Amino acid sequence: MSKRIDVKDLNVYYGDFLAVEDVTINIEAKSVTAFIGPSGCGKSTFLRTLNRMHEVLPGARVEGEVLLDGDNLYGHGVDPVTVRSQIGMVFQRPNPFPTMSIRDNVLAGVKLNNKKISKGEADVLVERSLKGANLWNEVKDRLEKPGSGLSGGQQQRLCIARAIAVEPQVILMDEPCSALDPISTLAIEDLINELKDQYTVVIVTHNMQQAARVSDRTAFFNIAGTGKPGKLIEVGDTHTIFSNPVQKATEDYVSGRFG
Amino acid sequence: MTSTLTPVRSKRSALTKGQLPKYAPYAVLAAALIAGAAILALVGFNAFGWGIVSAILFAVGLVSWSAAVEGSRKAKDKLATCLVVGSFLIALLPLISVIWTVLVNGIPGLLAPGFMTTSMNGVTGVFDNKAVEEGAPVIGGIYHALLGTIQITLLATVISVPVGLLTAIYLVEYGEDGRLARAITFFVDVMTGIPSIVAGLFAAAFFFAVVGPGTKTGAVAAVALSVLMIPVVVRSSEEMLKIVPNELREAAYALGVRKWRTIIKVVIPTAISGIASGVTLAIARVIGETAPILVTAGFATSINSNVFSGWMASLPTFIYTQILNPTSPANPDPSSQRAWGAALVLIILVMVLNLGARLIARIFAPKSGR
Repeated sequence: MSKRIDVKDLNVYYGDFLAVEDVTINIEAKSVTAFIGPSGCGKSTFLRTLNRMHEVLPGARVEGEVLLDGDNLYGHGVDPVTVRSQIGMVFQRPNPFPTMSIRDNVLAGVKLNNKKISKGEADVLVERSLKGANLWNEVKDRLEKPGSGLSGGQQQRLCIARAIAVEPQVILMDEPCSALDPISTLAIEDLINELKDQYTVVIVTHNMQQAARVSDRTAFFNIAGTGKPGKLIEVGDTHTIFSNPVQKATEDYVSGRFG
Repeated sequence: MTSTLTPVRSKRSALTKGQLPKYAPYAVLAAALIAGAAILALVGFNAFGWGIVSAILFAVGLVSWSAAVEGSRKAKDKLATCLVVGSFLIALLPLISVIWTVLVNGIPGLLAPGFMTTSMNGVTGVFDNKAVEEGAPVIGGIYHALLGTIQITLLATVISVPVGLLTAIYLVEYGEDGRLARAITFFVDVMTGIPSIVAGLFAAAFFFAVVGPGTKTGAVAAVALSVLMIPVVVRSSEEMLKIVPNELREAAYALGVRKWRTIIKVVIPTAISGIASGVTLAIARVIGETAPILVTAGFATSINSNVFSGWMASLPTFIYTQILNPTSPANPDPSSQRAWGAALVLIILVMVLNLGARLIARIFAPKSGR
């Protein structure tokens, strides 16, 4: 239940502005790939092109190919909704639906699409998803309470449970820990380690230690200056990127000499 | 260990010296009231002037005392406090006065037997003359007008809410600030400023042209009122939809939910409390309209429960005609008693609607807490 992503010569635009230039990268199935780089270098923008969330913003468009197990996401006649149901996403700030209970938040992907599901199946799905997000023991007695009453870290794990409840092939995470404290961050990182047994995980992070801890492969993005497009500088095994990178810019960044 | 505590001085410490005593405002108020009464006694006493003069004396006295004892910063603070509280009282005065007058004048009408349950059908000047001259009970009531107001307003709401809400959804979710969206926003703003009589004339002229000359029914009035309601509903719903965080929309998209489902199941439920209270306030805004109803629904003295045919009464037009054309021109008191009673009912309706809006907002509000 996981697919690989191959990106070929991808250019990302906001209107006429070229935000990310010429990215070619292969993301392996059942592994964790981390995107690192300074602020504004386009790693989040690039991540959002991987499930066509990018085009939600007015004027945003892409050129190039993103292949999910060989199928082009940007091919003619591809419905972005189909793409997004296969490639889930977790956002920077936890965003559970405030009108829904914890249980309904987990079932949101099913219920919002008006799919019929029996109560028994729903119970199984809720328990499996919350267990998958390491949240079950903390919320099993208050599933009917609103999701917004949870702590920030719990809310973020609820969002992960919500994402895996629709059984995606790939999970994208856009700085999932940047609004969380170290304990909650640790809980999410442990969770990412477990998720990669089943899913392809792509994570954007500002925290290089986090990239080193959780990822198998790391991609370094950089930007030449304000107004210039972001570029993929180097991608490789996390160990190689952090200990023996090919590019000078990568070495400078991971060793803390800039950025 | 030796105790190094300084004894606590009960009265004045170095930190609290140079302050006015706690009783200062009350003392100044008492002095101002007495002095005010004395000044007014010279020119002829009246309560309103007494209040004004005392308020000015109080402000001057307290500020100058404070300036003498506490210094200019505290004095300015006291002056600002006096101005703020004074403005608040002035703003409150008309409201309290209106409610008081309507209560005093309206309660006898409201308590008259059959006031809420009968119409004015068959009530002539003869009965009113009898009521004044022989002390017979004032008969006749507002049942037909209440029914008309409720039906017309309900129909106007049924027309305006879908139109207004869908317009707001277009503006926020689909318009993308394009040329059409900006044009709609502009015309909605223009519509907000339309005088209500113009809306009435529009509806009357429209139905005269489409259905036939002289078409005056409750439905025509409802159309006139919805012309007034739609811009209010659009504006309030638009603001409410705008403050729904974009993250919630993205969260739904990322789960593979279509845009229209996201709007129906995520965006609107999140904003529903604000939308509902906006709609209720829009209703409260048009329920008291008089002019557009006079030109569109005419006036009736008997019960007409069909909004689609025949003239229809409403509370504002009832008040208007009872005051302007009393049932018995020789003895207008019973008519004015009925008018005040109807005014009280109208105010109660608006108040109930406002409370309803708060209740709705609370019921639908996104729940928080653990």
